[in-house]
Amino acid sequence: MCGPPGLGWSCPGRDTVARVGVYFDSATAAPPHPVARQAFLAALDDGWADPGKLYAQARQARHLLDAARSATAAVLSVRPDEVHFTAGGTDAVRQAVAGARLARDGRRVVVHSAVEHSAVIKAAGADAVAVPVSLTGRVDLDTLASALNSPDVALAAVQSANHEVGTLQPVAEAAALCRSAGVALLVDAAQSIGRIPVPTGWSLLAGSARKWGGPAGVGVLAVRKGTRWESPWDSPVDVPAIVAAAASLRAVHDESARESARLAALVAEVRAVIAATVPDVEVVGEPDERLPHIVTFSCLYVDGEVLLHALDRAGFAVSSGSACTSDTLRPSHVLAAMGVLTHGNIRLSLHSGVSTEDVRRFLALLPGVVADARAEAGVAGL
Amino acid sequence: MSLSVDARGRRCPLPVIMLARLAAGQPPGTVIEVLADDPAAAIDIPAWCRMRGHTFVSTVAGTHTVRLG
Repeated sequence: MCGPPGLGWSCPGRDTVARVGVYFDSATAAPPHPVARQAFLAALDDGWADPGKLYAQARQARHLLDAARSATAAVLSVRPDEVHFTAGGTDAVRQAVAGARLARDGRRVVVHSAVEHSAVIKAAGADAVAVPVSLTGRVDLDTLASALNSPDVALAAVQSANHEVGTLQPVAEAAALCRSAGVALLVDAAQSIGRIPVPTGWSLLAGSARKWGGPAGVGVLAVRKGTRWESPWDSPVDVPAIVAAAASLRAVHDESARESARLAALVAEVRAVIAATVPDVEVVGEPDERLPHIVTFSCLYVDGEVLLHALDRAGFAVSSGSACTSDTLRPSHVLAAMGVLTHGNIRLSLHSGVSTEDVRRFLALLPGVVADARAEAGVAGL
Repeated sequence: MSLSVDARGRRCPLPVIMLARLAAGQPPGTVIEVLADDPAAAIDIPAWCRMRGHTFVSTVAGTHTVRLG
């Protein structure tokens, strides 16, 4: 148990996850890394003061903030003064877009891949050009090149890897196109930071601590020197949360080579076994050029919400891009842009608390869950 | 031979299921029109064609046309 004495809510770490079921949704929020909790509690004692003031308590908070900034910069391979902490991943993306528009007076258009996170698409708003993707979710570089060739473009946005299907984007090639067009490139790296090496060639890079085992409400925006970008607003500086985020980032980064290899092997197993054991299933995304922890598939004729609830009852927390599971009742814009089946969709995203046994129990259970859902709907054999 | 099915007002995955039921047992070359207003149908009907080896012909004003392969 952790939390204030007497309230006694449980720690959302490994033990609790194991007790309430297997958590396969780290792409939404990774369970807190143990060092994040330790760092947060220590920084709450020492770093509660406003780091901008001129007294001892403030200097102590500032010292912690500077150390967090240096640690974050080291992982991202940038200079500490290029790191801006934000109020979360969405705030990082919104600052990137608003700041690029501010600095490019009059230019408004954001050219982005059609499969960016909704935070990017919402930040871009109406002044946007969506670049199509392949059936596996990779951005079309020829269309990107022609879209950049306009005097109205303020910014391009290409994610490092897709958050729903795991496909890696050709960031280096996109960066070269942006460089020739004189347009800054924002890379939303929320799903890849701390898991695979940071891409190169970008002008702005956004991330979210919640995806790497840090607290919610901390994001990072790295802006390379010389980028035409002005800070559009100041986000609140929560020193203990930022310290926890940086501690977690350093920890997952140090473990990433071994951990990503372990998860990538599990993802490859999931892709192969599901394709072999579940009839009429579409396993989506790039087969090899992909994130180590995300795997997504769609089951023909099955309602995604029915699958989600059946898996929840069986003790597996997963996510879905199917329309019936969204507030808007629209299918995932990612699956739609790829042109893959949107119903019966399930995404698993793994993390350090997931064992081989957890994954194999899921794989043993899934064919029966899908068959039951089909039998219930009267579509078996269609 | 040309058939049609009205799946308006039906949510995913029902339009695709209704299409599949109608297609069952029909000879290759049969053209089926699906009327559907669920936004997922515009994605899922072409995807069904790809998975089942049929040809997706077009989507015009909420009518999705397929030719069985």
